[in-house]
Amino acid sequence: MSALREKVIFEYSRPGRGSRDQWPEKVEHAAKIPEHLKRRSAPRLPEVSELDAVRHFTRLSQLNFSIDTHFYPLGSCTMKYNPKGCNEYAMLPEFRARHPLAPSSHGQGFLECMFELQEMLKEVTGMQGVSLTPMAGAQGEFAGVAMIRAYHRARADMARTEIIVPEAAHGTNPATAMMCGCTVREIRVGADGDIDVAALQSAVGPQTAGIMLTNPSTLGIFERRIEEVARIVHAAGGLLYYDGANLNAILGKVRPGDMGFDAIHMNLHKTFSTPHGGGGPGAGAVGVSARLLPFLPIPIVGREGERYRWLGEADLPQSIGRLSAFMGNAGVLLRAYIYMRMLGRTGMSEVGDYATLNANYLLARLKQAGFDAAYPQRRASHEFIITLKREARELDVSAMDFAKRLLDHGFHAPTTYFPLIVPECLLIEPTETESREVIDAFADAMIRIEREAREEPEYVKGAPHTLPVRRLDDVRAAKQLDLIWTPKEAA
Amino acid sequence: MAFIPHTEADVAEMLALIGVKRIEDLFDEIPASLRVRSLAGIPAAMNEQQIGRLMSERARSDGRPLCFIGAGAYEHHIPAAVWAITTRGEFYSAYTPYQAEASQGTLQLIYEYQTMIASLTGMEVANASLYDGASALAEACLMAVRANRKSKAQRVLVPKAVHPHYRKVASATAGNQALRFEELPYSPSEGRTLPAALARYDGEDVSALVIQQPNFFGVLEDVDALTAWARERGIFVIALVNPTSLALLKPPGEWDAGGADIVVGEGQPLGVPLSSGGPYFGFMTTRMAHVRQMPGRIVGRTLDVSGREGFTLTLQAREQHIRRARATSNICTNQGLLVTAATIYMSLLGPQGLARVAAASHARTAELVGVLTRVPGVRSLFCAPYFHEAVLALDRPVAPVLQRLADRGILAGFDLTEHYPELGHALLVCATETKTSADIERYAAALAEVMKAARAA
Repeated sequence: MSALREKVIFEYSRPGRGSRDQWPEKVEHAAKIPEHLKRRSAPRLPEVSELDAVRHFTRLSQLNFSIDTHFYPLGSCTMKYNPKGCNEYAMLPEFRARHPLAPSSHGQGFLECMFELQEMLKEVTGMQGVSLTPMAGAQGEFAGVAMIRAYHRARADMARTEIIVPEAAHGTNPATAMMCGCTVREIRVGADGDIDVAALQSAVGPQTAGIMLTNPSTLGIFERRIEEVARIVHAAGGLLYYDGANLNAILGKVRPGDMGFDAIHMNLHKTFSTPHGGGGPGAGAVGVSARLLPFLPIPIVGREGERYRWLGEADLPQSIGRLSAFMGNAGVLLRAYIYMRMLGRTGMSEVGDYATLNANYLLARLKQAGFDAAYPQRRASHEFIITLKREARELDVSAMDFAKRLLDHGFHAPTTYFPLIVPECLLIEPTETESREVIDAFADAMIRIEREAREEPEYVKGAPHTLPVRRLDDVRAAKQLDLIWTPKEAA
Repeated sequence: MAFIPHTEADVAEMLALIGVKRIEDLFDEIPASLRVRSLAGIPAAMNEQQIGRLMSERARSDGRPLCFIGAGAYEHHIPAAVWAITTRGEFYSAYTPYQAEASQGTLQLIYEYQTMIASLTGMEVANASLYDGASALAEACLMAVRANRKSKAQRVLVPKAVHPHYRKVASATAGNQALRFEELPYSPSEGRTLPAALARYDGEDVSALVIQQPNFFGVLEDVDALTAWARERGIFVIALVNPTSLALLKPPGEWDAGGADIVVGEGQPLGVPLSSGGPYFGFMTTRMAHVRQMPGRIVGRTLDVSGREGFTLTLQAREQHIRRARATSNICTNQGLLVTAATIYMSLLGPQGLARVAAASHARTAELVGVLTRVPGVRSLFCAPYFHEAVLALDRPVAPVLQRLADRGILAGFDLTEHYPELGHALLVCATETKTSADIERYAAALAEVMKAARAA
């Protein structure tokens, strides 16, 4: 990695310069825009040559860690290899140029891919219907909870507005419930990491709209009493929502539909390897059990004989409606489709197998080296939690210090301080696409950092030392807000 | 397959360290009754060559028609450098920049994007993007209701001339939170929202007014009058704008009486391919005073421990991973990759290039309207000025005409009949800088033949 920093692009800008080869021809035509509606001063866009821009953005890219350059064991994010072929074939000229409102006569190839994707997602999750439209996991969650609300409303069961969430849940779960106009009740997790079933039993009632669960849970372990949880919630009249964040762990092994879930979202950018893109685009397709079929968000691809077409409001009058201007992140969905076709039937369960093997192997190596697992008596799923509580107490070196020092060793840090209920934690997810050597090298780095923490704790606490910047002042960032660039002389 | 690197020897040694015999044993905590028995509905695996061939065949069957549809997604030339750089693995396969020190490239790029989009819209601050234009409008309505402390009503006025899909997304997203949307009529002769339509809300408690410029019909609204009406009454103005048009049109920050409070829009025209509707990105900008009510990621510049400048996610206290049920939104990502493309696009076009794109799109649309309205049975429906879309009225139903033109490889526009039946046989057409005079003539000739044949039938 280059330790050089890069100027902001506006500092390369010179009045009168520009990438003229990118400017369209002037069209001779009298503009008919009234004077009072016209812009008076030019926007602050840089005036740079094409080479200036290419060099600048290429240099910026080189300041990033990424899957293509580094092991990226960010727990709960499933940073697996994004195959190049998925991008190449999703960006074929006809797919790229297809207008979202083009008639289905000019999109049978695309629609067939989307229809088959819906069918494959149904099969691999055990659900009865799928809508591809949600544009990210959080929007998939929103769709799921909105469908649960619509279901209760359609039955005139208006009092069901409470969503139950385990205390270890991802923050989007309670935030989603609120966006859907629900209230949130958090329930405890037992010492073994499973939901406290007695607490759940006493929490459910006529106010229960449903429960939001991840399985394997955010603790990196399989919720063993899931069938009992489903029975309790269903018996109370509530529905079960599955947060697909951790689907990679059980792909081809267990299906949310068989566990009793009524609504699920899948993070295609995790399990089905579409790009994370520096924080999006995601794709959060939703699946439902039979009772929620009428409420799926539109549009959905339908097949009539050999032809495919969009199903909309007229076909699904009880739908929770539209979540995006068109059909969601179509190009991401194509990438997921290509990935799933490449994996095929056997590849699906290999994902679950090897993601789990890699996680359990890395856990075994770290335990052997003396690190503490948060749930040492439990099998890891596709990820696991190491708690550095003891190291923090004995050496005064925190989980954050370990994370930052890992960057110096050439590894992206695991997820830190999540879930909130485990102190000084690292949530580590190696994914199935990493080789044993890479995992060994990561374990060796953890062991080396532990040694450094004993011998030279200040150095670890000052990490990173080799990156373009050292630890940043977040308090200053939030207090002295500097969110857009202004020229020095004007500032 | 499945991009798994393990050799048999690796697996054996790894299992030995774990202390189990088979991979299967690692799933021993899962109840046996739940285990998957078959995935018969998933086809057999394909290698890259096979899937490449299949996808190429399917893409080819979709064809490359000549497209005059706009309606919220616009075909513009995308410089080759945009996606050559955007798909570099360092951008493509990185995640949300939680570890700022290892993500300075993405963070600085977002900071540059925030600067560009804030300036383009004439506002003070921007977020790092939202899912798309429609969801950005929904989030803007929720934000306006939160931020407008003078209003208790949770009531938002939305012109009927706003994109119909956007209105649906807003009500699907915000409808569960007791927001009420009320529709403002448009002038049937001009196709724009008349300030007179606002008079009936005088003295009433209204939280926000949405103004789309240009509106769904491509028509330019009288933004100054609408904004002034709202601001004089303490009503928040949410501007919904096309980013290309802003190289030519007055930015919402400069609309009368102090300008808009929140600006949102679809970022797709800035270097993002049409791609059947996504992935796109929504942009959102606002005044500094409202920054803490803004949803989504925000990047700030700060100093590191040695005093060097660097970039980091900031104001995270608004977000779901800290505030959980009290967050400003459940959003946890932006559309980073598309923002990357848009930032490179804006840098390559610059202020002059983008103004040229806007002017050429406007000119080509005017040319298109001029040529098409010479076809018998076709006239222009509205008399007000437009940007790069316009509504035509045909003397017969639109759908069969569109189908016949599609059969000739021309996507002739968006049929307004379903969403605006009161307009009769109305067709929304669009031309951008990608269309030549020859393309426009080809459309007009085909339309004339189709209309003539329809009359004869």
